[in-house]
Amino acid sequence: MSRATLPVGPGRPDWLRAYADMLRIRLFEQRVDELYRAARMPGLAHLYIGQEAVAVGVCHALGEDDYITSTHRGHGHCLARGASVDRMFAELLGRAHGYCKGKGGSMHIADQERGNLGANAIVGAGAGIATGAALSALRRGTGQVAVCFFGEGALGQGLLYEVMNMAALWRLPVVYVCENNLYSEYTHFRETTAGTMGARAEAFGIPVEEVDGQDVRAVHAAASRAVTRAREGGGPSFLHCHTYRQRGHHVGDVDRAYRTRDEERDWAERRDPLRTLAASLLAEGAASPADLDRLQEELETEVGLGVEFGLNAPYPMPEEVTRDVYP
Amino acid sequence: MTAPVETRELTMGQAVREALAEEMRRDRTVLLIGEDVAEAGSPFRVLAGLVDEFGTERVMDTPISEPGFTAIALGAAMTGLRPVVDIMFGDFLTLVMDQVVNQAAKVHYMSGGKLRAPMVVRTTLGATRRSAAQHSQSLHAWVSHVPGLKVALPSTPYDAKGLLKSAIRDDAPVVFFEDKMDFAVRGPVPEEEYLVPLGVADVKREGDDVTIVATSSMVRVALTAADLVAADGISAEVIDPRTTVPLDREALVRSAVKTGRAIVVDEGCERYGVTAELAAVITEGAFYHLDAPVRRLGAMDVPVPFSPVLEDLTVPTADRLADQLRQLVRPK
Repeated sequence: MSRATLPVGPGRPDWLRAYADMLRIRLFEQRVDELYRAARMPGLAHLYIGQEAVAVGVCHALGEDDYITSTHRGHGHCLARGASVDRMFAELLGRAHGYCKGKGGSMHIADQERGNLGANAIVGAGAGIATGAALSALRRGTGQVAVCFFGEGALGQGLLYEVMNMAALWRLPVVYVCENNLYSEYTHFRETTAGTMGARAEAFGIPVEEVDGQDVRAVHAAASRAVTRAREGGGPSFLHCHTYRQRGHHVGDVDRAYRTRDEERDWAERRDPLRTLAASLLAEGAASPADLDRLQEELETEVGLGVEFGLNAPYPMPEEVTRDVYP
Repeated sequence: MTAPVETRELTMGQAVREALAEEMRRDRTVLLIGEDVAEAGSPFRVLAGLVDEFGTERVMDTPISEPGFTAIALGAAMTGLRPVVDIMFGDFLTLVMDQVVNQAAKVHYMSGGKLRAPMVVRTTLGATRRSAAQHSQSLHAWVSHVPGLKVALPSTPYDAKGLLKSAIRDDAPVVFFEDKMDFAVRGPVPEEEYLVPLGVADVKREGDDVTIVATSSMVRVALTAADLVAADGISAEVIDPRTTVPLDREALVRSAVKTGRAIVVDEGCERYGVTAELAAVITEGAFYHLDAPVRRLGAMDVPVPFSPVLEDLTVPTADRLADQLRQLVRPK
C-alpha cells in the first residue's frame, strides 16, 4: 500500500512531511486503541500518543542506512523510520503478513530493511544493541550511526551505564535519546530518579543536550547535531527530550490515579506536538488549512486501509510455530 | 573415533586459540570481546598472543561489565559482525541472562526470521579448582533449556577446535563451554583445517555391555571408569554428544539399543539437569531394548564447597562411576 501523498512545492519544506509523519503515528495509535477496546487485538499495546515529535524529529535527522533500537512503546519509532501501517497492523494483530510474521507483536516489531533493530520488552535492553550496532558500524567503516530510544524509566537499569561507559571509551557513533515522558509505568520519575538525568551521561564525558520534546524542530536540530558529531567520529551524545505520555502506560491503563486530569489536559491542549506544529505551519504560511485537512483525510484513509489489511490478513499457518527458531 | 592416529598434539587451550586465530584470519568480521582478553590473554592464557596478530580493534578488552559487553556483542552480531564473547567463568552467565536468553536467543524468532545473532559466548564449567561456589558451577543445562541457543561442550582438543570453528560460522548464538580444568589436557589435532559439526555425537570408546553417555571432562572420567570395569570383564561404550543443542538423539539411542544398558554422567547438578534430559531421550528411544533403567550421575545438588575434601565429594569420579557400572551390568 502506498503512503499518503504529500503536498510539495516551494515554501513547503520538510516540516510538512514531519507533520504528516507525526499525524500518521497519532492516527495509527488511535486505531490501535480502538482495536484493543473492541477486543479485536490480542495482548496489550503501549501508545506513543503525545511523544510523536521525538521519534519524527530524531528519525528525520537520520540517513537511510542508520540504525535505531526501540522500546515497548515503539510504534512511533517504527513508523517514523518509514514502516508501512498495513504490515504494522498485521503484526499487532498477530497475522502472517506482519513485519515479523505475527511472531513478535507490538513489543517486538523489527524492520531490518529500515534499520530498525527492534522494539524491546526489556526496559533498557535496546541500549546495548544500539551501542553494539555503533561498534559494528565503526569496525566495518560504514559511517552509520545508531540511535537508541528509551524512556526515563530505563535510567534505572544498570546496563545503560555499562554501555554508555564503553561507548564513551571507544567513541562509538551512538545517540542515546531519553524520552522523559514523566512516568515509568505508573510512577513519576521524581520518585525513582535521584540527582539529575543529564549528570548520568556527563559522568562519562558524554555531552548532554536538553530539548523540548514537543517541538519537532528543536528535536530535529538537536538530533542533527548529535548525529553529525557521531558520524564525524566525535562519539556518543545524550539527548534529554522533555515529553509527555498523553495516554496510560498501556491501553488498559484507563484510570491513571497517579496523575491529575488537569495535568493531562494541559499537555494535550497547550503542549501537544501536532497542534503546536500545525499552528506554526499555518502562521508561517507553510501550509494552508486546506493542506492540513487534505493531509488528515489522506492519512485517515491510509490508516483505515491499514486496519482493514491487518484484519483481513491471514493468521500464520501452524507449521510456522517451529520456523525461525534457528537460522 | 574421529581423530587421525598420526598427528601432532595440542593442549585444549592451544586448540581453542588456534580455532580463534584461524577464523579471525579467514573472516574479518570475527572479533573477540571480554575482560582481559588482549594483553593478558585471559586468566587461563588461552588467548595469549592473539592481540599481537589481530590488534586491539579485534581483540577488545572491556571493563568488568558482562551484561554491557555481551549486549554490545549482540548488537554487533545483528549488524554484520561475528563476535566471540569471553565470559571468564561460567558462573558469570547469571549476569548476562537477559542478553543471552531474552535477547540473543529470541531475536531471530521474534523478528520472523529477519534478524540474526551470529555470536559465540565462550565460557567455562567444571569444579575441583578450589575456587568455591561462585567460580565452579557447570550451568550448561540452564542455556540448553532455551530455544534459540546452541550449546557445545567439547571433551578433547580436537573437538574443541573443530566445534569452535563451527560455532563461529553458525548464524545462531552458540554458548561454548570449556572445562577450566582441561586447558592443559593434550590430544591429537591435525595440521590441516577441519570442522566438527554441531549436533553430531562421537563414540570415544566402543563397547558391548553398557553405554556411558558423558559430556565435557566427564568423558575422561568415563574412559577411566571403562578401563576400571574392563578388568571385571565389562565392556563399556563411551559416547560424547559434544553438543547438548542440537542433540544427536539417534547416536545415543543407537548405542543404548546395542548395549541394552546406559548411564549418563555430567558435571552439572543432577537435579533437573543434563543427565535427566539425556536419560529421558534414551529411555524413550530405546525402551524396548533396555535391560535396566537408565542411570544418572551428576554433581551433587549442593553449592560447590571450598574445602578440597568436601569439593571432591561433589563431582562424579571414575571410581564412583565404575561402581555404578558394576551395579548396572552385574546386578546383585
